[in-house]
Amino acid sequence: MTGIQSALDPAGVQAAQIHNLWHLFLWVCAAVYVVTVAFFLLALIKGRRRVEPVVDAASERRMTIAVGTGAGVTIVALLGLLTASVATGHAIGTFGNAKLEIQVTGHQWWWEVTYPHAEADKIIRTANEIHIPTGTPILVRVATRDVIHSLWMPNLHGKRDLIPGRVNKFWIEADRPGVFRGQCAEYCGMQHANMALVVVAESPADFDRWEQHQRTPAPDPKTAEQLRGRQAFLSLPCVNCHAITGTDAYATLGPDLTHLATRTTLAAGTLINNKGNLSGWILNAPAIKPGNQMPANVLDAQQLNDVVAYLESLR
Amino acid sequence: MSRKLLLLSAICYLLSCGREQRDLTPPISAYARVVKASPNNPYEGNAYALSQGQKLFEQYNCSGCHFHGGGGIGPALMDDEWIYGSTPAKVYASIAEGRPNGMPSFGGRIPADQVWKLVVYVRSLSNLEPPAAISPRSDEMEAKR
Repeated sequence: MTGIQSALDPAGVQAAQIHNLWHLFLWVCAAVYVVTVAFFLLALIKGRRRVEPVVDAASERRMTIAVGTGAGVTIVALLGLLTASVATGHAIGTFGNAKLEIQVTGHQWWWEVTYPHAEADKIIRTANEIHIPTGTPILVRVATRDVIHSLWMPNLHGKRDLIPGRVNKFWIEADRPGVFRGQCAEYCGMQHANMALVVVAESPADFDRWEQHQRTPAPDPKTAEQLRGRQAFLSLPCVNCHAITGTDAYATLGPDLTHLATRTTLAAGTLINNKGNLSGWILNAPAIKPGNQMPANVLDAQQLNDVVAYLESLR
Repeated sequence: MSRKLLLLSAICYLLSCGREQRDLTPPISAYARVVKASPNNPYEGNAYALSQGQKLFEQYNCSGCHFHGGGGIGPALMDDEWIYGSTPAKVYASIAEGRPNGMPSFGGRIPADQVWKLVVYVRSLSNLEPPAAISPRSDEMEAKR
């Protein structure tokens, strides 16, 4: 069983424990099911052969033993499953010191991702993409700016709800590199289904490189087109919602675009990040993701080309 | 008799199945940058647009001056006094072009269809929009934003 969004393909310590628990439940329940159905069929066959039920001391004792054994096995099985479930919950719920902390904030309908740091200029703000180093215990704090959401990255952990007015947390630790998919798992409105994120688990060295790069301000425009694009971006409605570090755009209503071109998707996993999709998204986001907060924008062809060229240069 | 009643109630149930219709793509008129001769708000009386306007009112910090409609640095919006007119076109012009003594011009800064959404909300503060369209819950009461 493999998959980028599958609890049956664990890529982390916590997911592996959940996976084991899942298998335990599956096989115990399967055995219970088979035994139950077998006895049911047995009763059907036996019941048809015998017209008069025989009731005597011997059969009464046999019945008592049978029912007693059945009840005993049921109690032991249920208690066993309960113990296993509690033990798993305990094992994935408590950890030592976090080497890394990530804050994920849910919005209708995208994920804001922050890597906090004591020094303000080292804080990383990005969206819809989480990078994590393998073999490192990571504390994830989740909160929401509007309604209830739930962060679900099945290859790494179970679901964790984002509750208005409160911060929930959970621990993840990836044990192999890979690209996985996370998804909002609590109905949060019209575009709930299109609220996904990409999780990139990479070696600590690769993660360090990513982290260092994300801390740099947005690269300056290199071509005349990109320069015009930046000017257009800063004079158009874009700046009301988006931030690009190193420019005068610092609004926080929409995703931070400082290193937009390094991300693989647009609109929370809805579109592949390429030139065509980006243009379409800028011009008419309501047609692509009806009800979302990105408005349709009126740009002429020149402006659009320039803005897209600038955004594509934000590596 | 009871069968007819059953049939009637079944039909009533089916009739109530209609989903709330929201036109989520802005109408063409909402893109117009300048208010034309017949400046009807495409979102007049539209409950969804009104709630979006209410959200934008907080997000774009209109509350910074007008507070939550009660006024402070800027004039109150929930009374029946309109310095520059209460028609949708006049309210649109106030937002898009700005007004003397501090109201900035948001034209070109905010997409036209969002200005129209703000217009519905601002007018609703003075009950100039259908009461049924007005949200019973105010956004500023949210726990966290």
